[in-house]
Amino acid sequence: MTSAAWLQLGLFLAVLIALAWPLGAYMTRIIQGEHPVAVLWLKPVERALYKLAGVREEQEMGWKGYAFALILFNVIGVFAVYALQRLQGALPFNPQAMGAVSPDSAFNTAVSFVTNTNWQGYGGETTMSYLTQMLGLTVQNFLSAATGIAVVVALIRGFARHTAASIGNFWVDVTRVTLYVLLPLSLVFALAFTQQGVIQNLLPYQTAHNIEANHFQQPKTDSKGAPVLGKDGKPVMVDASTQDQVLPMGPVASQEAIKMLGTNGGGFFNANSAHPYENPTPLTNFLQELAIFLIPAALCFVFGRMVGDRRQGWAVLAAMTLLFATAVVSVTAAEQNGIPQLAALGADQQVSALQSGGNMEGKESRFGIIDTSLFIAVTTSASCGAVNAMHDSLTPLGGLVPTFLMQLGEVVFGGVGSGLYGMLIFAILAVFIAGLMVGRTPEYLGKKIETQEMKMTAITILVTPTLVLVLTAIAVSTEAGRAGIANPGAHGFSEILYAFTSAANNNGSAFAGLSANTMFYNIATAVGMFFGRFLMIVPILAIAGSLAAKKRLAVNSGTLPTHGPLFVVLLIGTVLLVGALNYVPAVALGPIVEHLQMVMAH
Amino acid sequence: MSQFAPYKESIMKSIFRPALTLFVALSLITGLAYPLLTTGLAQALFPQQANGSLIEQNGKVIGSSLIGQAFSGNHYFWGRPSATSPQSYNAGNSGGSNLGPTNKAQLDAVKGNLDTIRKAHPTQTGPVPVDLVTASASGLDPEISAAAAYYQVDRIAQARQLPAEKVRQLVAQHVIAKTFGVFGQARVNVLRLNLDLDKLSKA
Repeated sequence: MTSAAWLQLGLFLAVLIALAWPLGAYMTRIIQGEHPVAVLWLKPVERALYKLAGVREEQEMGWKGYAFALILFNVIGVFAVYALQRLQGALPFNPQAMGAVSPDSAFNTAVSFVTNTNWQGYGGETTMSYLTQMLGLTVQNFLSAATGIAVVVALIRGFARHTAASIGNFWVDVTRVTLYVLLPLSLVFALAFTQQGVIQNLLPYQTAHNIEANHFQQPKTDSKGAPVLGKDGKPVMVDASTQDQVLPMGPVASQEAIKMLGTNGGGFFNANSAHPYENPTPLTNFLQELAIFLIPAALCFVFGRMVGDRRQGWAVLAAMTLLFATAVVSVTAAEQNGIPQLAALGADQQVSALQSGGNMEGKESRFGIIDTSLFIAVTTSASCGAVNAMHDSLTPLGGLVPTFLMQLGEVVFGGVGSGLYGMLIFAILAVFIAGLMVGRTPEYLGKKIETQEMKMTAITILVTPTLVLVLTAIAVSTEAGRAGIANPGAHGFSEILYAFTSAANNNGSAFAGLSANTMFYNIATAVGMFFGRFLMIVPILAIAGSLAAKKRLAVNSGTLPTHGPLFVVLLIGTVLLVGALNYVPAVALGPIVEHLQMVMAH
Repeated sequence: MSQFAPYKESIMKSIFRPALTLFVALSLITGLAYPLLTTGLAQALFPQQANGSLIEQNGKVIGSSLIGQAFSGNHYFWGRPSATSPQSYNAGNSGGSNLGPTNKAQLDAVKGNLDTIRKAHPTQTGPVPVDLVTASASGLDPEISAAAAYYQVDRIAQARQLPAEKVRQLVAQHVIAKTFGVFGQARVNVLRLNLDLDKLSKA
């Protein structure tokens, strides 16, 4: 880490906390049903929505009702996104005349966006109409984020309430979060992005007549458009030349804003946030990183406020921040060191005032090593999955960091809502382990942690590793799974491991060399995404329901304090221990072997 | 007991109507009203950026300042290798090489790029700036590091029969410093630099 890298990390955390603190206060008021003056004008819209939907604001739900409403709402979303993709050819806002998406890809994308994963098997600019991007994908960017926040709010109510039978009203929570939190923030970020150069229009793609002609080779095609194969079975290449460049257009900024704020991560374009029209300057890059962490950090403060002890929120935030900072330092160091083989060939990887040096394969000039590395740690700590670099081309250790961050269960800030509810589950596990050590019934925030809570905790902690490891094992042992591999050897295994880690933990980033738009990967990753999302949410709502029904016990001399440094260390230790126990063997076969190969070969 | 009443109505009846109604209503708000409002505001406030930061010459669009284009002539600065297909800098199909660091194909690609660069720059004897021989993430990187621009000065000065010092000064004018001294790296926009280079030759 150079001093410039430390400065950027420090600045990032300072600005983040400065923004997240007031947002946390604001969100607490919104969630509790207050209407701050600034958004009072939206209140009639909220009222009208409830009236239309037959929702009675004050009528709360038990955890089963809450879970049922949530699942139903999300399943409707899957059908809507699927239908839009299949029918887009006949619908408006389609200047490029994009045809129907294939059934398996459309299904995969529908599940992907509804589960807040935003894994993408397709390239946006070659596949999706503007209507699909807006009314399908942008909508789910909002609603999946609102769903995640609703779940964590329900869980927090479980801790905060005293012998209560209900945990809130799902419809009210989703509506308020969408209207008063996500929409206004998105509009502000979208306009800031546009000012910096992110496009926002409904124009057809533009053609530019470039300065010089571009000479290249392309596969020869027959009269039907199929490639002609030579004697060796490879396509015959013919010389071609063009001076025209097609520039993609579209309503990008509006989607970009909620893509980040909702930790969604699905790019408008194939290159995602590496594309200059999605992320044109170092400043937009910084704003995107902030947008990813903003709500997850603010929710820690919401948690502290709602349970009536702000130190509890700070403790969770401290654990997240320490894990995150360690990841930033690791990935920056690995990428800055670069690749010894390239240095031996005569490429200059040294950092200087004139260049960032390091491993620049799959990275953009405007970001260099430091800004790229920070983004990598942010997007995989949070379950965002937007990328401003191609993770497949990271150094072995540089690729290990994002893989392991996801494998920790996306609890280091994590997804909006899902990061905090995941971390609170680890907090329950941590007090349970501490309780075992001293032989007392564990308590967290005055609630006794008993059999029901621990059963559900065990399910939520085991469900993603099971999905990741079983699906990876299936993929590497079947022809259909191995067919997708782009890079040979240990790196090929890393590609598959990364894919299922990303899917089941609802991150959505990829080692994108993997050819994942196939029947096998479209279905296998969809399974990982769906169960990785909802097999977490349902048990967590069950915990919320069971906690809400309990009394809140007063603190006594035997209570383990959960707001101090001791607890922060205990929490970090629990997260790391569970992650390491689940994944060290798998990680050893991929990135670690590759790192040793790289160093030894040199 | 608490003031919160459990949800007693028939779940099926009371859940399908809100689910469908709210889904449709929130879809219209977030999926049409919001992006269209953003489009309207963006077009009113920042039309140049919102429409792609296009650059026109003699009334024709020649490119975008944000999207790199292929330069191969000896009298122009070259951008970074681009892994888009079928041609480089294909803005209709963005993406990187996705080659792994230990993949032989990656080492061969870099070796090939190094050979090309070295042959074209006989006056340069030191190592080649890494961004000149590695493919960008988007395949559309509009910029190169300042080091990569200075590296090419001699070649261009010779091809255009300009004093190297003059070309170097032009590069210096085009160097974009780190934002607020913190973000990004020192870099040069290749298209803008080449357009000014043409002006310099004419002058």
